[in-house]
Amino acid sequence: MLKTPLFAMIAAVVAATTIDTVAAAATISGAGATFPAPVYAKWAETYKAQSGAVLNYQAIGSGGGIKQINANTVDFGASDKPLKPDALAAGGLQQFPTVIGGVVPVMNLPGIQAGRIHMTGRLLADIYRGLIKKWNDPIIALYNKGVALPNLPITVVHRSDGSGTTFLFTSYLAMQAPGWAAGPGASDSVNWPVGIGGPKNDGVAALVKQTVGAIGYVEYAYAKQNHMDYALMQNKAGAFVAPNAAAFGAAAAGAKWQSAPGYYLLLLDQPGLKSWPITGATFILMHTKQTNAQTGHDVLAFFDWAYKNSNGAAESLDYVPLPEPVKALVRKSWMKIVGPDGKPVYH
Amino acid sequence: MSTAEISTTASRPAPRRSSPRGKTFDPIFEGLCFAAATTLLAALGGVLVSLLIGGWPALSKFGLGFVTNATWDPVKDVYGAAGPIVGTLITAALALLMALPVAGGVAFFLVELCPQVLRRTIGTAVELLAGIPSIVYGMWGLFVFAPYFAAHVETPLMTSAAPGSFAEKLFSGIPNGTGILAASIILAIMILPFMAATLRELLMTVPPQVRESAYGLGATTGEVVMKVTLPYVRRGAIGAVMLGLGRALGETMAVTFIIGNSHAFPKGLFDAGSTIASTIASEFNEASGLQASALIALGLVLFLITFAVLAMARLLLRNQARV
Repeated sequence: MLKTPLFAMIAAVVAATTIDTVAAAATISGAGATFPAPVYAKWAETYKAQSGAVLNYQAIGSGGGIKQINANTVDFGASDKPLKPDALAAGGLQQFPTVIGGVVPVMNLPGIQAGRIHMTGRLLADIYRGLIKKWNDPIIALYNKGVALPNLPITVVHRSDGSGTTFLFTSYLAMQAPGWAAGPGASDSVNWPVGIGGPKNDGVAALVKQTVGAIGYVEYAYAKQNHMDYALMQNKAGAFVAPNAAAFGAAAAGAKWQSAPGYYLLLLDQPGLKSWPITGATFILMHTKQTNAQTGHDVLAFFDWAYKNSNGAAESLDYVPLPEPVKALVRKSWMKIVGPDGKPVYH
Repeated sequence: MSTAEISTTASRPAPRRSSPRGKTFDPIFEGLCFAAATTLLAALGGVLVSLLIGGWPALSKFGLGFVTNATWDPVKDVYGAAGPIVGTLITAALALLMALPVAGGVAFFLVELCPQVLRRTIGTAVELLAGIPSIVYGMWGLFVFAPYFAAHVETPLMTSAAPGSFAEKLFSGIPNGTGILAASIILAIMILPFMAATLRELLMTVPPQVRESAYGLGATTGEVVMKVTLPYVRRGAIGAVMLGLGRALGETMAVTFIIGNSHAFPKGLFDAGSTIASTIASEFNEASGLQASALIALGLVLFLITFAVLAMARLLLRNQARV
């Protein structure tokens, strides 16, 4: 309960020291999403070794990141949930994506290996609404001919904490099933009709592993590193795809970034035969008018460097780098971020 | 009761200091003590006021429905906290019920029965247990305790319950080692060392003469415990119980790991539930607007529950004093 004010204070102190030292050595501060925190930390480490510039990133959650950038206590905010264009305009903010990840349904079905179960968005929504209660339900069997589905009750596992992962997952369910959109809806945390909640990805993963017949959803990196039994998902083109970097990249490449004002794009259910349907980018938020042109420059210089040099670092941590055309597009939009004199801070 | 209160320090005449330094230092010391006490009061008042202000939007919108309604829906912005409130009360009560007899047993054993050699070792172990961070209990609970509990307690109980019986209702839920009962057991383990350590200290304040006289009159160990030492420390023991209950009510991380985090009313002992503290910990980070306000209002409810528990303890103590 005291978490946010405490972090606000820490962030304020960090920001205060930033202002003092910015002339000496570039120190930039950011706060927000926990999902990209490992890759930001890795980038910061390499960047510091190369340029001497220091990045302080506080992984306080997407909601916290949005609060902090609006309160102007950090140089940039980070969020897994893109702000809508009107919210961006109201806060005087610019937004751009950094890396891509995906949400993966994972299961615990003894004797059934990873990638054997075929799922559709509609099926997932019905399971998470408690309408489908058994694994050998005829509707599941319809998509899984030849798989010996066990006569087991389905235990639904979801996140107990508010999270960008839940936002992506529930947004996808809402897109796929009108019943979900009208019922629980899409948000960081929703009123789950059934199931049990675990804290963070680890909590969900542990509950799924310990409960026979459980189904849950975790970030791709987590599913991969823990060798969890994932499901194949049906995408918009009707194909069943496995969750992997190529499938997330395909979803990002197929997306229409050009026509998305403020890059408000969820990458859910994107066209393309190879696209993974529950894909999402994570975003950076910056003030359009920077009070200190140098700080704005330092932040953009960091992300420019990251775009250029760090695909390897992102991939080694199981994140997917943005497709090159998207990076070029984002770089162009940085011209909108200006200093007190009205000139772009980074070019 | 009152005759038994022998204080060795109070009976000693207070040394009077004649040096002039006392005149200058005493007021400063008194002032510092007064400031410390008032700071505490001001902090308490500040917490209450800020909880009220922060929770007001939710409280004024939902009124009494905030504590009676069990729908917690962040998407439609409808918040009723009956689920977490009931979960908090049930888990704390169950934990106390399980921990109190064991804590009493540990304390009596250490003071009355334990050989001198073991006394220090066990005493230190109890204190060490009290020092384990709650997140460790939570992780142990989820990764070690839950699978064992599911396989060896929940599943047998569920399968053995006769269909349609009360036991079947009581043991309903998902047998995966999480839920209301599992959280209560973890809580009991967590509050046990606190209560045992406090009770031990209390029992040691019983003057040996009192105990020895009882033995001299031919009382058995059981009789001495039940009729002499226990009544002697009864007032303090209520304090120890309240300390444990307070910790159980407010425990956050360990519960979040194991309770299943469902905002609905728990239907059985193995069903998922939530507590006030676990709900706040889970959702505050990403909450904004009315949801944040509802979470702060939940904090206020927990504050009031804790206050009520303390008030009840005071009332019990006052009634005791009159006897």
